Amino acid sequence: MVEQGNPYITRVSSQNASLWKTVKPTLSDLDIELTERCNNNCVHCCINLPADDAVAKKRELSTAAIKDILKEAASLGCLTVRFTGGEPLLRDDFEEIYLYARKTGLKVLLFTNATLITPSVAELLSRIPLLEEIEVTVYGMKRSSYEAITRAPGSFEAAWRGINLLLEKKVPFVAKSALLPPNREEVEDFETWASTIPWMDAAPSYSVFFDLHCRRNAKKNELIRSLRPTPEEGVAFLARRYKQRIKEMKQFCSGFIGPPGDDLFSCGAGTGGACVDAYGNLQLCMGLRHPKTVYDLHKGSLKEALNCFFPEVRAMKATQPEYLVRCARCFLKGLCEQCPAKSWAEHGTLDTPVEYLCEIAHAEARQLGLLAEKEMGWDVKDWRERIQNPSEESENEPRN
Amino acid sequence: MKAKVSLDGRYMPSEDVVARNIEGELIIVPLVAGIGDLEDELFTLNETGKAIWDRLDGRKKLNEVLAELSAEFEAPVGEIEKDLIGLVEELSRRKILVAVK
Repeated sequence: MVEQGNPYITRVSSQNASLWKTVKPTLSDLDIELTERCNNNCVHCCINLPADDAVAKKRELSTAAIKDILKEAASLGCLTVRFTGGEPLLRDDFEEIYLYARKTGLKVLLFTNATLITPSVAELLSRIPLLEEIEVTVYGMKRSSYEAITRAPGSFEAAWRGINLLLEKKVPFVAKSALLPPNREEVEDFETWASTIPWMDAAPSYSVFFDLHCRRNAKKNELIRSLRPTPEEGVAFLARRYKQRIKEMKQFCSGFIGPPGDDLFSCGAGTGGACVDAYGNLQLCMGLRHPKTVYDLHKGSLKEALNCFFPEVRAMKATQPEYLVRCARCFLKGLCEQCPAKSWAEHGTLDTPVEYLCEIAHAEARQLGLLAEKEMGWDVKDWRERIQNPSEESENEPRN
Repeated sequence: MKAKVSLDGRYMPSEDVVARNIEGELIIVPLVAGIGDLEDELFTLNETGKAIWDRLDGRKKLNEVLAELSAEFEAPVGEIEKDLIGLVEELSRRKILVAVK
């Protein structure tokens, strides 16, 4: 948008990807996991450590170290930093870090459960806006459902107090949720409420297929697995706005589907973006914590990692025989969340097929009319034609 | 409402914005609320805008800036003056520039 009468200044929405006319910066956005600790103890969470975990707290990056990372990120062209966790507001120095990021010229995206939004935090976020909408995860519309998930007494009131403070101070935020047994009956109530949030311009998103624990905690993984919906249940939930979903997925398939071959990284992880864990390890994405793929920022710079280490990681090839027979040849790659991060969380390797993800992709492909019953994606030779002309059955809403 | 801009005035970037040069693009990032019309608005300047912005250091008067721009750019002085005043008015209105007293 060009200012009327002022052809020299352009107002650009910060979401505008066309900001870069020629060269994109080395780093466009950075995620920083400020802590793995959380004041909630969500049943499905892939990361949370107890809020009072003194050992974890001691290991966390210092305020000064985080500021150094932010400063270097800005020098590399970074425009957006996402603060996530755990619960990022648990850090005593959150306000100091936030102000530093904003004064460095970074936009801030904050992922929070809102329970620690105090009047002073809301006032700060109102006076010094983030320039990105906060993402608040809402676990339930009733105390019973909310706290059955968070396992933190008082968290329901705290979250709604925080949400109301954001509304009062007109701090832009959007709401999202995680679909779990205690809140399954509240989807409609949640969506009705979410539609009243002034900054929501679409239906809220949900976590449906939960990731396993990022540090491969076997006990937690047992619980997470028990909460996962079956692939068919999850796909049916995502398709409840059927026509819209089918339209989006067909558009997506036309551009992003096809066998990946033995390249491990077919996503954009580590190209223009990066993630820092709570202890200073730089990762291509937040889930990828395999020791061979992380870079210790105590021993080197962000620039060195982005220019030298990340390209080496991205050049890695899959060698696991089953992966090469199935995933490398499967045209459903664009629909499937199989990736080194998920393989790491599930199996401790980078290239082992994850059955659950494979089943989800196949269920979705069948719904889209790309596969017949019992057909497997890696056996399909005419996948290009199928993407152009999926079975007409997918045009009709599924029968329950 | 347009800010009144005089060629005798001196202007500098406000402390309420952060100006960043990223890959040759000058991007003005608001620090406080109320600078953009939307919550997430940033500003970029084109080459002419950048040439003006770079000279607004709070020390030079606008007529000195005008003289520098006239020496550098092959355009009628009247046209450059109009550009300069127009941009300073707009950026002052948005509190991206402040007048130095």
